Amino acid sequence: MTQAHTATAKTDFDHVMRSLVLAHFIAGLVALMIGLLAGLAFAFQFLQRYWFPGIEWLSPGRVRMVHTNILAYGFIANAFLGGLHWAIPRITGRPVLSRGLSWFIFWAWQGVLAATGIGILSGFAQAIEWGETPIFIDPVVMVGLLAVAINFLAPIVRSGRKPLYVALWYFTAALVWTPLNYVMGNYVPQFYLPGASGAAVSGLFIHDLVGLFVTPLGWGLLYYFVPVIMKRPIWSHAVSLIGFWGLAFFYPLNGVHHYLWSPIPMFAQYGAVVATVGVEVVVTTVFINFLATLRGQAGALVHSIPLRWIYTGIIFYVLTCIQCAYQTLLTVQTIVHFSDWVVGHAHLVMFGVFGFWIFGIITELWPRLVGRPWYSVRLNRWHYWLTTAGTAFMVIDLVAAGLVQGYLWRDLAPWEASLRASAPFWTARALSGFVILLGQVLFFVNLWLTARRSPAPEVVSAAAVAA
Amino acid sequence: MNPLERFATILLVAGLGFFVAAVAVEAWLPYQVLRGLPMQHLEEIARDVPPEFDDLAARYPESFKKHFGSPTPEAYARALRLGVETYRAEACWHCHSQFVRPVSNEDRRFGAVSYAGEYQNELQLPQLFGTRRVGPDLIRSAGKHSNDWHVAHLFEPRDVVPSSVMPSFPWFFDPPAGPGGVPQPNARGLAIVAYVQWLGSWAEQPDAPLLPDLGAAPAGAAPGGAP
Repeated sequence: MTQAHTATAKTDFDHVMRSLVLAHFIAGLVALMIGLLAGLAFAFQFLQRYWFPGIEWLSPGRVRMVHTNILAYGFIANAFLGGLHWAIPRITGRPVLSRGLSWFIFWAWQGVLAATGIGILSGFAQAIEWGETPIFIDPVVMVGLLAVAINFLAPIVRSGRKPLYVALWYFTAALVWTPLNYVMGNYVPQFYLPGASGAAVSGLFIHDLVGLFVTPLGWGLLYYFVPVIMKRPIWSHAVSLIGFWGLAFFYPLNGVHHYLWSPIPMFAQYGAVVATVGVEVVVTTVFINFLATLRGQAGALVHSIPLRWIYTGIIFYVLTCIQCAYQTLLTVQTIVHFSDWVVGHAHLVMFGVFGFWIFGIITELWPRLVGRPWYSVRLNRWHYWLTTAGTAFMVIDLVAAGLVQGYLWRDLAPWEASLRASAPFWTARALSGFVILLGQVLFFVNLWLTARRSPAPEVVSAAAVAA
Repeated sequence: MNPLERFATILLVAGLGFFVAAVAVEAWLPYQVLRGLPMQHLEEIARDVPPEFDDLAARYPESFKKHFGSPTPEAYARALRLGVETYRAEACWHCHSQFVRPVSNEDRRFGAVSYAGEYQNELQLPQLFGTRRVGPDLIRSAGKHSNDWHVAHLFEPRDVVPSSVMPSFPWFFDPPAGPGGVPQPNARGLAIVAYVQWLGSWAEQPDAPLLPDLGAAPAGAAPGGAP
């Protein structure tokens, strides 16, 4: 297997820009480390033991925005761009529109991230949830997103294949949705629609960012990587069709469920609740499709760490969606909204699902990108178990905390009672953050040692890969 | 060939069509319902200067004079503008919501249930509903606490509410002028207090504090902080 991989690494028949994929992965992992540290620092504010008290530009509120934005746009977006630069040329057999454009996008994206971080820490954050990127950086982001769309849509169109492969359905739709969503979410509530009508748009933006940017790119990458790693096709093409078109129809309708029981007209809230439950049905079909792809070969999860990451993420995804269909009900909302329940949910989705899929993809591709086998499979296992344990513990802890908070609020306990009751949960949350961080440190060590210390197979020289 | 697998169908129907349809149903229709609400601009909001703003001027005369002059409607407008900008910059809205729901006894805890009309103003561009409450909701905060409670709370929340996990904001204060002096709220400090005291000033307040601040007041003192 390694022989075959390294042989491909040497040639360029598949149009993959390996150094660019590598660059996106490294940038994403650096962003991951910054984002995790920011999150951990913020968690200590909840223990009344903040790391940088009294320093304006490291104020907890600002650091929290760095946490979410750097993980969404730095870690997830960079890793997905790397994955797309691998998958799309391989599926279509065509290069991206322009290699120069790809490198321009890479550097522009890192520039946007740096400007976002500095802008937020200096007090220029835009008050749009998940869109705190300062308003004067948004035009650059828009140009970048359009460039990404053009760069990737070109090979999809040029491949000339009439029925597109499943992964390309998801990529095509996501490349259209993301710029539309970005311009809507960052400009309409900022300049045109105040209050309740603006909140309806903000809700759409928050949800579409997850549902129309991260989710379809994630599923698209899985529809490529799972069959490739398993060396067998996806179980059912018809079920793939239902999954994609169901997602495309229901997901965009969900947004207002972020502001239930708010002054937004109730018909929009009811519609969002129904559509959210609809998404759950769709997700079940995709889940069945991927589970059935494993049929008879579930042992692969033991031997293949990339598959293990991916399928753990898929199971977390189903749990997320069951939780979502449940928590969106207006009755459940009365208790869980505004509480740590939702924070737990967000961590399960963004990290437990998409983060895990990314770890699976990077674990699969890293040896091929650096042209050397993994330095330590044992460290990979530790990375998996520490991250999984930390994430599961954090989510259970926060969901439980949310229930305690929600019932104390409803029962009119003094506000401070909810803070005191939350304290042990917040301590446990910080501890689970440490466990996750430790897992990533081991991963980074392993990535480094693989690139530097692993014996290079003679088929490929390090120089050829670095070029 | 199945048209659902074609590039053009996916681009136009799934990519553009479903997105636009969802925006129409979930954003444009609500907007059609709410568009008749009158839009309030900052000048209208600040026309009547509330007693809390006069109190700030009297309580911190030097700082107030330096940053805002006298408590005129123009000064009040500037304070509200800087206040909401500070509220956004510090991401106060990530831990404090700004709407009271008609459920979970929130009207008894915070005050009147929120309605769409009260958000139709310039300071809700973009809206600050929020999605998380680490601290309490703020849309009914006007008059619940005194100005000096707010100032002390911003300087060191745990001096006022021991179990608070709110950050302290020393950069909202100028250092003491001389030995023995105390830090005075600067422009941002005065502005954020004016802004929070504005929130809900248009709505009817409950007559008496509904709930005591646990641990906030020394033993034997009268509970609550409403005027």
